[in-house]
Amino acid sequence: MQTLTQRLANPTRFMELSARLLPWISAASAILLAYGLYLAFIDSPADYQQGETVRIMYIHVPCAWLSMMVYGVIAVSSFGLLVFRHPLADVSAKAAAPLGAAFTFLALLTGSLWGKPMWGTYWVWDARLTSVLILFFLYLGLIALRSALEDEGAAAKLTAILALVGVTILPIIKFSVDWWNTLHQPSTDFTSTVDPSMRLPLLVMAAAFTLLFFAMHLKAMRNEILRRRVKALRTQAVAGRDRLAAHATTQGAAE
Amino acid sequence: MRLAIREGGAIGTALGFFLVVVSLMPLGLGPDLNLLARIAAGILWIALLLAALLSLNRIFEADYEDGTLDVLATGPLPLELVTVAKSLAHWITTGIPLAIMAPVLGILLNLDLAAYPVLVATTLLGTPAVSFLGAIGAALTMKTRRGGLLLAVIVLPLYVPTLIFGISAVAAGAGPSGFGASFLILAAISLTTIVLGPLAAAAALKVQLQ
Repeated sequence: MQTLTQRLANPTRFMELSARLLPWISAASAILLAYGLYLAFIDSPADYQQGETVRIMYIHVPCAWLSMMVYGVIAVSSFGLLVFRHPLADVSAKAAAPLGAAFTFLALLTGSLWGKPMWGTYWVWDARLTSVLILFFLYLGLIALRSALEDEGAAAKLTAILALVGVTILPIIKFSVDWWNTLHQPSTDFTSTVDPSMRLPLLVMAAAFTLLFFAMHLKAMRNEILRRRVKALRTQAVAGRDRLAAHATTQGAAE
Repeated sequence: MRLAIREGGAIGTALGFFLVVVSLMPLGLGPDLNLLARIAAGILWIALLLAALLSLNRIFEADYEDGTLDVLATGPLPLELVTVAKSLAHWITTGIPLAIMAPVLGILLNLDLAAYPVLVATTLLGTPAVSFLGAIGAALTMKTRRGGLLLAVIVLPLYVPTLIFGISAVAAGAGPSGFGASFLILAAISLTTIVLGPLAAAAALKVQLQ
């Protein structure tokens, strides 16, 4: 009995399945995003204290959630690559890293724009902000390491090792930064403390962003697989041409 | 290991770098002794991390270039133990000299005399983490060309806990409470990296040597 991940180990099967899934996920993400944006910007009330700036939260919080979830995806993929040698794990980790960096950057950017009117400054060295910033640096480290290595197989494994080192050290970083300084408002325990009029748009936006990530992730993975196929075909073609050329010269010498 | 000491170059450079960075700080911040005394521990720790970072990329690179690493990898000793030895050698040749140098530079920064024993203790305790985490980065970037810059991007975020608890241990130690909890946490970080660091570094080396 094969599990789903085992069956997906065949890239062709993955391409088929993802081609069928991708339009649905993209459409669902687009619809949810449109609905979420409508709720967030038109239908939800302004906060009695924060005024209209509260609407930044509907983008900021999903981005921040995703920044962590994407690292989780990378970590699971890296584990899958190193332990089970799953052929798609590296493709997944590679495709997810820039997306994660982008969401982390968006979370930092929107947070900073919100911080100016609310806290009176774009940036403070608060625990949350600092740990998200360090998460962003980890993403950059992953991308930089991969781009610096020429051999793709080695790059995949080394990046996976770094990702797993990052996972073990992230809780320590989080804890140490918490110890160090705190200003950011505490977590809302999955929005249970948020007023219902704001919770619905927030949850819709979170779902929309998550689907958006999965759509982009699948698309990026498909691109990566296609890119590798093209590369393999190209090396094959070059090798074939070389063989033909070598053949021709030996024949020419014989004549 | 002994060779590294005899060659001398790297340690001298690291110590010189440490000295220069620390003495640049007052030039940039102004010679106000009260201000310097307040931020001395932070300056010393950051300069120490940067100085150690300079010598990190030599942990495996030289051995890789002359083939020693291949011999070690095929030898009877597991690669994990080899990385332990290499990281320890780095700590002895870089971490300890830097830790001993720190209080001397503390004088330049008007650091409170009472903080000296604590400063030496925390730097001695924190530098193993620096070496063992650095060995992971060194193993990952061994073959890359602009390895030094990449190494800094990869390793410096990992140093955040060491830095935070190193500084808070100095701050706590200088106060009436003596060695605080942060001192113990710093020890815990060092011990954990000594155990787990070589595993990751050896895994990276195995990939590199394939």
